[in-house]
Amino acid sequence: MDITSMTAVELGKSIKEGKLSVAEVVSAFLRRMDMVEKDVRGFVTIDREGVLLRAKEVQKLIDEGKLKGPLAGVPVAVKDNLCTKGLRTTCGSKILEDFKPAFTAEAVRNLEKAGAVIIGKTNMDEFAMGSTTETSFFGAARNPWNLEHVPGGSSGGSCAAVAACECPFALGTDTGGSIRQPSSFCGVVGLKPTYGTVSRYGLIAYGSSLDQIGPIAKDVTDCAAALEVLASYDSKDSTSIDRSRVSAFSARPDRGVSLDEESGLSLSEGHAFDRGVSGVSLDEESGLSLSEGHALDGGEGYDFMSALVNDVRGMRIGIPRDYFGDGLDREVKERILAAIKALKDRGAMVEEFDLSLVRYAIPAYYVIASAEASSNLSRFDGVKYGYRAGEYEGLHNMYKRTRQEGFGAEVKRRIMLGSFVLSSGYYDAYYLKALKVKALIKEAFDRAFARFDVIIAPAAPTTAPKLGESLRDPIKMYLGDIYTVSVNLAGLPGISVPVGTDSKGLPVGMQFIGNCFEENKIIRAAFSLEQTLADMGVKGGKALWPEGMIR
Amino acid sequence: MKNKISDETIEYVGILAKLELSCEEKENAKADMEKMLDYIDILNELDTEDVAPLSHVFPVNNVFREDAVSQRDGSEDTLGNAPLSKSGCFKVPKTIG
Repeated sequence: MDITSMTAVELGKSIKEGKLSVAEVVSAFLRRMDMVEKDVRGFVTIDREGVLLRAKEVQKLIDEGKLKGPLAGVPVAVKDNLCTKGLRTTCGSKILEDFKPAFTAEAVRNLEKAGAVIIGKTNMDEFAMGSTTETSFFGAARNPWNLEHVPGGSSGGSCAAVAACECPFALGTDTGGSIRQPSSFCGVVGLKPTYGTVSRYGLIAYGSSLDQIGPIAKDVTDCAAALEVLASYDSKDSTSIDRSRVSAFSARPDRGVSLDEESGLSLSEGHAFDRGVSGVSLDEESGLSLSEGHALDGGEGYDFMSALVNDVRGMRIGIPRDYFGDGLDREVKERILAAIKALKDRGAMVEEFDLSLVRYAIPAYYVIASAEASSNLSRFDGVKYGYRAGEYEGLHNMYKRTRQEGFGAEVKRRIMLGSFVLSSGYYDAYYLKALKVKALIKEAFDRAFARFDVIIAPAAPTTAPKLGESLRDPIKMYLGDIYTVSVNLAGLPGISVPVGTDSKGLPVGMQFIGNCFEENKIIRAAFSLEQTLADMGVKGGKALWPEGMIR
Repeated sequence: MKNKISDETIEYVGILAKLELSCEEKENAKADMEKMLDYIDILNELDTEDVAPLSHVFPVNNVFREDAVSQRDGSEDTLGNAPLSKSGCFKVPKTIG
């Protein structure tokens, strides 16, 4: 089997068994890049020298028995908004064109500790603001399925690189759908974990209350394996959550995720899936605490591979009617309905319901994300790092010119909107209003998860649009996030899996959404679907792959 | 357009955002923002009078630790990214006249 078409876990196994060397694997991917990167443009920086040195080190540790995990020796690509010490980190922006971080992001450190080998930094929309990877200062990435189409965004480079076999798996970040939507467009699997699961330390922030790092890979197994490595409690991120202290406080089937009574808040009351995960409780003091009862599904909240079970019997799946109405492409809808039927035939209990509030998610999201962005991006002023304007008169003019010249149009648009909605006189009408709507959206999901184990949604209303079609009308582009943004607002986990292709041969993705901390349910549902579609011979998951790739 | 952004407002937003906008960019920004605010205004269809704003999904509170002293000098690495530096400091234009 060709090395570049193997999955991360398959590669890790072959390396562990001595059938492949780390250097051999890394070289195969570098050769693949030589062939396809000129067309795909999935990378901003390829670390050719570093990766070969690192391959030797990792090989030695594997040979000595010091590295034993499933990803030891496996190459990985990292989205270019995650800091990598000494390796250029641009965020897809001119303003960080030559930025070399003095430290490495915690998520990337976790990968390194597990023996993964960073092969390069992937292309992205500038500061993760965009849905096509066309706003990158370094040029648009392309969809490997058809180079005239976008790979989606903002983690478009990561998804394109995985789809084009330039790396077995990659890191993305998801603020409003930036892992799930491009995964859908590129026919790969992308997982956005529960907020707080993966440390954001070293992630160049866009919307801090929404940003979450997650894996992108060829299949669900790789995503679960990667998430096991990525997820960790980190005191350097004040919003990091210690999942081992999130407890299943009751195995009673009538309780789902809830907060301790003391906290006065209730996430939901609902039913637990017949096996595995039951309820979850949070309390005020720690963030979270282990009250009576047992921890989440075996591995204290960090065991995701045990959820790779090909069985959905008795799983209650909710289909929001309001996600399948106007605006959803007919062919996308057909593929998704076929996938839902496949799950039903396997014994899942599928039921339609009204989620409500769907049309309010995008405006609430853009107010909140832009507000946070305007604050987060104020650090780029030409003083401490990055670009500084060549000519200026005095300090303030230097700030303004630097930012004017350093940021692209979409970034400026959002910084201005964010500054406006936070400004005196408009704060209540816009920012506070959006936070209230966010609370209502969260409640709508709480009600849904009282009835269902997982919710199914499209990942995007269409398959990948052509290059150049999206940027002309920003609001139209924003509407493409309709099925993804509410998941970020509510802090939920979501995974996009391929369910086939449309008549143009472009991949269609479907999303499973879970309740907070219930990654294992969506992983199980996604894994079961992937296996089922493969058995049926439907082009989905690994079966989609790697045929039809580039030219 | 329901929302009208005045020249003064866009000027003020430019100051808050620390962006030096050309005349053309100001006009574009006004149009963009008016369109976006008209769209955002659909939020007003919802009665949120009695809804508490939700800034964070989980009740995560401040986490305190001991104030332990550690020795680490990353100043060279940090200054390595500065567009201009001098004697271990960031160099900026004169700030006091």
